[in-house]
Amino acid sequence: MQDLTLLFTEYNVPGAFLVNIELTLWSALFSMILGVILVMMRISPVASLRTVAGAYVELFKNLPLTIIMVFMVLGAYAQLKLTFSDTFTTNFFWLAVTGLSLYTAAFVCESLRSGINTVPIGQAEAARALGLSFTQSAFQIILPQTFRGSVAPLGNTFIALLKNSTVAAAASVATETSSMMSEMIEYHADLIVLIFLIFAFGYVILIIPIGLLTTYLSNKLAVRR
Amino acid sequence: MAANNNESAVLFDQPGPKGRKMISIANWIAGIIFAIVVVLILMRLHNPPDGENQLSWELWKPALDAEAWTDFYLPGLWATIRASALAVVGAVAFGLLFGIGRLMPNPLIRVVSGAIVEFARAVPVLLLMIFFWRWFASVGVPSPAYWSVVLALVIYNGSVVAELVRSGVGNLPDGQREASLALGLTETQSLMQIEVPQAIVAMLPAAVTQLVVVLKDTALGSIIMYTDLLQQSRRLGSMYFNILQTLVVAGVVYFFVCWLLSRLAESLPARLQQHTAAPTEPEPVAPIAAGDPSNVNQIAVAKEVEELPLGGTDRQYHVHHRGTNASIHQWRQTKYVQGYDVTHPESQEEAEKDKLFKLHHKKENHSEEE
Repeated sequence: MQDLTLLFTEYNVPGAFLVNIELTLWSALFSMILGVILVMMRISPVASLRTVAGAYVELFKNLPLTIIMVFMVLGAYAQLKLTFSDTFTTNFFWLAVTGLSLYTAAFVCESLRSGINTVPIGQAEAARALGLSFTQSAFQIILPQTFRGSVAPLGNTFIALLKNSTVAAAASVATETSSMMSEMIEYHADLIVLIFLIFAFGYVILIIPIGLLTTYLSNKLAVRR
Repeated sequence: MAANNNESAVLFDQPGPKGRKMISIANWIAGIIFAIVVVLILMRLHNPPDGENQLSWELWKPALDAEAWTDFYLPGLWATIRASALAVVGAVAFGLLFGIGRLMPNPLIRVVSGAIVEFARAVPVLLLMIFFWRWFASVGVPSPAYWSVVLALVIYNGSVVAELVRSGVGNLPDGQREASLALGLTETQSLMQIEVPQAIVAMLPAAVTQLVVVLKDTALGSIIMYTDLLQQSRRLGSMYFNILQTLVVAGVVYFFVCWLLSRLAESLPARLQQHTAAPTEPEPVAPIAAGDPSNVNQIAVAKEVEELPLGGTDRQYHVHHRGTNASIHQWRQTKYVQGYDVTHPESQEEAEKDKLFKLHHKKENHSEEE
């Protein structure tokens, strides 16, 4: 107990988790936007849009997240001078968000694409019969039902995103959990198991409610057919 | 036209001459925009603000010559493959142990295995790696980075395999278990001799897909100084100040290896299907959400059979039969809400749409027509 209070007074553990949550929320927002654009491109009648979206998804699904994060810092920032802010920490934070968003968007696109399958063909046929255009039937008929059908895979994607936010350590974000855990172990090597358990259970506590919420929402929002 | 447009054909009417013209114009505009984006990226590479030309051969040559391959990329790739191969073997052992444990009739074994699997699923792999690395280093294990990469991947991916075993057993038709119980086998015997062997065959393609995840995750080892492909390319890049180029080469190698493995995993299910009554799956059920009963990896389902007009596929099995929810103890209570179960075609309201159902009756109809 004494060790626990020592660790918590010396280090801002909740603050580290907050950084991960911020990374997750921003990346979730941007990857969602990019993912919706990608899935629209994939179902569009325009061949070049379909090809580019397919290639994007295939590329990012087969690349390790770590190499993307390292590339954001050592390639995009150090060599190509891609900067978001003059402050180092803010800059690295947004570089990490960019990397996470680019990577997660491919998985969001795949989740949404599988959600499209939960929409019966009759819905699209009815929309066509009513004279709706591609954009109208896509935005007013198909996509709203797609979101409701893909709550479970999207929830899983975002849980993976929360866990992946620890890889921001590879993009020099020094305030997030994995970097802080590493630092704490360095100075308190005798408490290594306790330190690991603090962080591990932190993630268990964060992830279980998201899992339960996903389950609840996917049951509540599913279109009963 | 219909062939290359099948994903989207149902969303809009077959375009007339005017519509086709519009589509081809949009096609050209989009193509030109993407070409401009590529050119802009190349220009940025050619002339970054106060930096050197990233496209110059001076920088690419040391990233591509024979020495780079023999001294850096290939040893790095070997380290990556070595760690992932061992991790997959370990993950299968871990997964079998706790996956079967979660299905055992004994409630204590079930609860303990369940707790271990859920914990392993929730903790980020990087945290596990850092923990084992520091711990092994302090205890004095030889090559701590290698063993911590392997062990962390075994624990996380083992929990994935455990769920695969469980959903594989859950996906078996009821008859398998009923028949073995009727023959006088105990529940445990039925599980070990009848159900699990079939579940293992069913999960093999998914295990190959999991190999891709393992291979991608070994790159995390570079954070704890494991000299894998990523770490080696960083070392090479810092020698010649061409890190962007070496990272691109490493990325291409990673992509190529993962892409080949994915193709292999996709070709396996059809070949293995004849050895099992459970549906073989090319992609693991994503066991990410703890306690998520609808833990259906719909991404996997979308890839299982041919694509439908809307850009995906039918769900092949009822949600109850997959993922965390697959439990041999509740088979009789299964309610068919959506999707269908091949073993229960009557559960599907629109049976005509059911592809397998159709296949089954194809011959019959065909002879009637004649």
